[in-house]
Amino acid sequence: MKAKTLFDKIWDGHVVRSIEDGPDVLYIDRHYIHEVTSPQAFNGLKERGIQVFRPGNTIATADHNIPTKDQHLEIRDQLSRNQVERLSENCTKYGIELFGLNHSKNGIVHVIGPELGYTLPGMTIVCGDSHTSTHGAFGTIAFGIGTSEVEMVLATQCILQPKPKKMKITVNGNLHKGVTSKDIIMYIIASISTGGATGYFVEFSGSAITSLTMEARMTICNMSIEMGARGGLIAPDEITFSYLRKITAIPGVTDFEKSLEQWKELKSDPDAAFDRELEFDASLIKPMITYGTNPGMGMAVDSSIPLTDGDNKEASASFLKSLDYMGFKPGIKLLGQPVDYVFIGSCTNGRIEDFREFAQIIRGRKKAANITALIVPGSKKVEEQMASEGLMEVYKEAGFEVRQPGCSSCLAMNEDKIPAGKYAVSTSNRNFEGRQGPGARTLLASPYTAAAAAITGKISDPREFITELNNVKK
Amino acid sequence: MAKVKFDILESTCVSIPFENVDTDQIIPARFLSATSREGFGDNLFRDWRYKKSGEPNEEFILNNPKFGGKILVAGKNFGSGSSREHAVWAIFDYGFRAVVSSFFADIFMGNSLNNGLLPIVISDELLKKLHSLIQKDPSTKINIDLEKQLFTILSTGDSVKFVINPYKKECLLKGLDDIDFLLSMKDSITGYENNKNMVR
Repeated sequence: MKAKTLFDKIWDGHVVRSIEDGPDVLYIDRHYIHEVTSPQAFNGLKERGIQVFRPGNTIATADHNIPTKDQHLEIRDQLSRNQVERLSENCTKYGIELFGLNHSKNGIVHVIGPELGYTLPGMTIVCGDSHTSTHGAFGTIAFGIGTSEVEMVLATQCILQPKPKKMKITVNGNLHKGVTSKDIIMYIIASISTGGATGYFVEFSGSAITSLTMEARMTICNMSIEMGARGGLIAPDEITFSYLRKITAIPGVTDFEKSLEQWKELKSDPDAAFDRELEFDASLIKPMITYGTNPGMGMAVDSSIPLTDGDNKEASASFLKSLDYMGFKPGIKLLGQPVDYVFIGSCTNGRIEDFREFAQIIRGRKKAANITALIVPGSKKVEEQMASEGLMEVYKEAGFEVRQPGCSSCLAMNEDKIPAGKYAVSTSNRNFEGRQGPGARTLLASPYTAAAAAITGKISDPREFITELNNVKK
Repeated sequence: MAKVKFDILESTCVSIPFENVDTDQIIPARFLSATSREGFGDNLFRDWRYKKSGEPNEEFILNNPKFGGKILVAGKNFGSGSSREHAVWAIFDYGFRAVVSSFFADIFMGNSLNNGLLPIVISDELLKKLHSLIQKDPSTKINIDLEKQLFTILSTGDSVKFVINPYKKECLLKGLDDIDFLLSMKDSITGYENNKNMVR
């Protein structure tokens, strides 16, 4: 039999029918929905007079458009409130399980899916959100879809999808102290640009990947969309299985050991062919930061902004437009650049490990006076874990207020906006113009780099704040 | 889902040559709270189109009365970022029926095809030429013939064949709907579910 990649194995196993010269009809095991990209899909069902085909395969949460303060009160913004209420109505009407606002398991869709055991190896997973790629960390084919496709899944549990090409990215070598999985993925995106993996589904492998925790792997797969990839995945292994074993009741899994047997088969054949292969050396990676308005405009925190991004006239105009928006000049260093805001959270870095890393640096130190910090756990469960590990006290003593869970300032649909012209070091995934509020200037970084900025009030190298003593983790 | 037919389109164009225009530029997240598909065109390119005061930004192309048309000629890597279909709804609602670039983000491309907005990929060289033609002469017209898959700049006669998935082409030409197609396959889908060795 022809050698197959893990991606091929999962994809081919989910094709209901291949249309000649057309897309595949792909069966979807798990469908996540949220308040922003689902209402129009439900309207479509209503107009057709049809029901949700497999309501048990869809899980809902409210996360994008909710406040992170006083969640027990009525949402002030009328449009946002309407959207959140509409989700509840639709879930009730069609029999979909909802972890809505104020539910004890509420949180960002890509945080709660894995932590509640809804994301399992070998699945096909979609959601009307591009960061659905996060779930690939468990060895799944997970990708973001548009609302028309949300409607397809609700109506038939299938979507029409052309099969992407396959890319393998291998990262070998040891990471230096203070360098995280966020830095790995930002380094790769800076190397290949925001369109470098467009048209591909990426499998990440290599010793620097397989040594990562599940939380860190999710950060990598999460941002695979930022290099244009349809999604990213990592073959499940003992680290994956031990993460899943800790979940008390995995929905739909009655015999864990039996499922485990199947999950262990999920890997690329040794001689499977990829359309493109790239290799990176983890030991060359430093803490990263972005300086422009797309995630490909990233560099090591201690280096200088490039003078140009090439001799192509259009690229250069876009490059300069981007630097102008950021208030930066080509060739300057960013170390020492004053910062106004720090945001830690989002589906990229809103998991317990991220808050531990932030705490490692702020412990025993104080928030800089010029910094406004938004500390937003990814879910209620992360919030509870922070409390039980004593992190809430660490944050409080250092002068940081912890908010309630949600997407918050990552896309600033709610009130958590960065004001125009202000600089924010953010652990989120996109530094697009206006992403964190009209005129906001976003600098993407890891939780360590965000913490270093939070206590110094300026862009700083986190490696200076990590001693051997506090580097002993968990 | 839109059941939009597309056959031949001949129109002037609007040129927005910037590279890496992401979906947050096309429609910022703060305008995504609506629960219907209509009206997003008012906020298309919102933060480029309007000043902070809410006044139109005269320097932005959509506010320049010299330029107009049903074809948006964009820069390389258009539509990256979020999966929000609102970006396509905004472009369509504004009145565009085709978007031209040398490179599109995957999800944006799929969303466009699902809404009757035709994404056309041309070479970097031709795209560059087209931007400068439009900027010099706003009356520059393009003819798009979907059946023949031909993209023609009328003033210069430059004509290239563009690529489109044959299934999607058929859907657009006939105004067919993906969900009707999938619903007609219910038996196969149920059959698949029954046979599948569910990896759980």
